[in-house]
Amino acid sequence: MTKDKFYNLILKFYLFFIFVFIFTPIAFSIIFSFNSQRFPTIPLGNFSIEWYIKIFNDAEIWQAAINSVVVSSITCLIATFLGFCTAYSDYRYRFKFKGIYLALVLLPPTIPLIILALAMLAWLSKIGMSGQLWSIICAHSVLTAPFAMAIIRLRLNQMDPDLEAASWNLGGSEWDTMRNVILPYCRPAIISSLCLTAAVSFDEFAISWFVSGLNKTVPVIILEIVQGNIDPQVNAIGTFVFFTSITLVITAQIFFLTWQMKGKK
Amino acid sequence: MGGFNTALFFDMKSNRETINLYSLTFRVPIIFWQLLFFVGPVLFMVAMSFFLVKNYRMTEAFEFINWTKMFSKNYFWDSYWFTLIIAFISTLLTMVIAFPASFTLAFRVSENFRRWAIFLLIIPFFTSYLVRTFSWYVILAEKGVINALLSYINLGPFIMLNTHIGTLVGYMTLTLPLVIILQTVTMANIDKNLIEAAFNLGCKPYLIIQRVIIPLSKTGFIIAAVFCFILSFGDFVAPFYLGGSQEPTLPILILDTTKSGQQWPRAAVVAIVMMVTLFAIAFIGIMTAYSKSFKNDKR
Repeated sequence: MTKDKFYNLILKFYLFFIFVFIFTPIAFSIIFSFNSQRFPTIPLGNFSIEWYIKIFNDAEIWQAAINSVVVSSITCLIATFLGFCTAYSDYRYRFKFKGIYLALVLLPPTIPLIILALAMLAWLSKIGMSGQLWSIICAHSVLTAPFAMAIIRLRLNQMDPDLEAASWNLGGSEWDTMRNVILPYCRPAIISSLCLTAAVSFDEFAISWFVSGLNKTVPVIILEIVQGNIDPQVNAIGTFVFFTSITLVITAQIFFLTWQMKGKK
Repeated sequence: MGGFNTALFFDMKSNRETINLYSLTFRVPIIFWQLLFFVGPVLFMVAMSFFLVKNYRMTEAFEFINWTKMFSKNYFWDSYWFTLIIAFISTLLTMVIAFPASFTLAFRVSENFRRWAIFLLIIPFFTSYLVRTFSWYVILAEKGVINALLSYINLGPFIMLNTHIGTLVGYMTLTLPLVIILQTVTMANIDKNLIEAAFNLGCKPYLIIQRVIIPLSKTGFIIAAVFCFILSFGDFVAPFYLGGSQEPTLPILILDTTKSGQQWPRAAVVAIVMMVTLFAIAFIGIMTAYSKSFKNDKR
């Protein structure tokens, strides 16, 4: 038994090490954003907020931040709407070519972003939609709708199928049932989905970089700064980006976990 | 992604085909949207690979010149094999490195702890990969954090940037959390009685892993490996910023051909080759994952 405890200890230490590996880059990005050195290393320089002041006074970064917020908030609405419709269609109906239908929806995230980016760039240029914020929104909603669909589908799976039928029997139309039964039931999943799709859209850089033209989003700015030289501004911008996405992801997960646990009881 | 597979085959009471305004309202929007912004772009990219570029302008045509040009170039094939091999190594390494961690999460901690661990592992998946890569750049650099720490014990400096190590660390930033989640969920779902039975019958721990746990988690493991491969194969950030890009991978080739050369049709050729390769690998993976031949293990 002591041998078993010994293995246990080693395994847990290993697990700890893996978590360190995963969270090291996030931690250092935050630490270095408050560091005065131009090339950050150990020992650390002085505490300073000069990089934050620098980005705060940069009009281009402000514009990019506004673009990012616009793109991710419209994307999350479109993606969640599409995801909800698809999840409900899958839950409620059987129809011809349903396999193809679902594949069509679920396929985009399995295709490397750089390929989607190239395809989007070519196609949107062809139909005259390239270089706008709208182009990024369209591409991102295709990319994120499957996440929305998956989350909402899981929620619908927990719903008692008789619930819908009961509402019809009590005289509600299909539309009434949708508004008063199904939508309220799915609300936590819808909120989760809004947050997660917004987070994905907020961080996506390959497609945005290809199709955005002059309307840069924050990840595109980061990409361009990184291409130039070592610039600790990236850490400051990155810290902002991290806190935005982490807030979104944690909010999503809190809603998700809440209904998951309630569903089990 | 494995989670909602069961959901897709969920049986409904009202399973007859209903077509009315209500059902179409929910069914049609995504078809319209995906045709316009997913099927359209991908098909157009295939068509584009036959277009011509004259005086930096693309003209619509049906010529095989882009295909023959790309396939006759040595750098294309070098890049192809390099990408394939490094993505394969990355997959193997990630699966092996993730396994002890997933094993611990699946069998050696409480359910509550596991839930929290997965909660944490989901976070990096949705946070900026770009910023994390840049952070690795600073950590791995010749005068970076790791070498600065090593110099206190008179070691180094080790060159890690612009090498394959850099590329692999970058890939793992992307893939490790996902692989650990998929492996953990797979192993946590194994019937614990089977493991206990093997143990009570005198099976040694490493044999339990080899003969009980791994065969039972085959499907989940292969799906994790396929995802890991797809992510590594298609990523341009890690090989570009951490790997130094002297040996360009296919995604870097696409980037260079599109951004600097204005040769969209040739980039399309590379992209199509990548997609075909990925589909083939995913197909083989999924076939193996759901085949039953492994069950009659003769060892």
